[in-house]
Amino acid sequence: MAHIAEHYTAYHPRWLRTHVSTYWWLRKRSYFAFILREISSVFVAWSVVYLLLIVYAVGRGPAAYEELLEWSRDPWVILVNVSSLLLVSFHAVTWFNLAPQALVVRFGHTHLPGSLISASNYAAWVVVSAIIAWTLIGG
Amino acid sequence: MIRRSAEPLLWMVFSAGGVVAALVLPMLLFLFGVAFPLGWITPPSAMHLSSVIGHPLTRLALVLVCTVSLFHAAHRFRYTLYDGLQIKHLNEIIALACYGGAIAGSLVSVYLLATF
Repeated sequence: MAHIAEHYTAYHPRWLRTHVSTYWWLRKRSYFAFILREISSVFVAWSVVYLLLIVYAVGRGPAAYEELLEWSRDPWVILVNVSSLLLVSFHAVTWFNLAPQALVVRFGHTHLPGSLISASNYAAWVVVSAIIAWTLIGG
Repeated sequence: MIRRSAEPLLWMVFSAGGVVAALVLPMLLFLFGVAFPLGWITPPSAMHLSSVIGHPLTRLALVLVCTVSLFHAAHRFRYTLYDGLQIKHLNEIIALACYGGAIAGSLVSVYLLATF
């Protein structure tokens, strides 16, 4: 925001807008949680890239897949993936908790309680996760 | 000419991607990013994975997961830059980079899974 020269007249009163620091989100816990949730988008994107790298390696054969598994054991890669897991899970929890506000289910004149909508989202999370785990390591 | 805003559609895809990413990604990250590399669980063999990915339903699901998750991420990141860094004046360039990246990633996913 440009600094306004300080000669005020009746027709050009003093500006009421104050400058907001670029680091405004460090001021409060809730602001920080907001920006953390926003940053989760970067890790969602990384997760997709990582997933595609796995698909690509498997498509090239067992040797390429082994190479990818070796690379995934690199401490830096583990660090990125652990951070991704934490932030994507944070996204999931905040998303499911918010679902009742976005989705109002009505039966005649009564509303389905929000807790039930959240609970069904969490249930879906458990079911989908179980299917993925079972497909990959069970059976 | 009536110019319709793409914004409602973008918010819809953002929301769909938010659900899909939340449901699918944590388990995949836990397995491939943490549990397999750290040796907690034995990773599946290349043959097993190849047959899982080879199934048409898996490939369809993966393309869907990749596409909507990438658009979700692009949309959210675009607004992070607006609010967090207050660089509203770079509006067009940011939107182009974010959605362009999502489109490019989606095309790669379609290509990889169609030719798998």
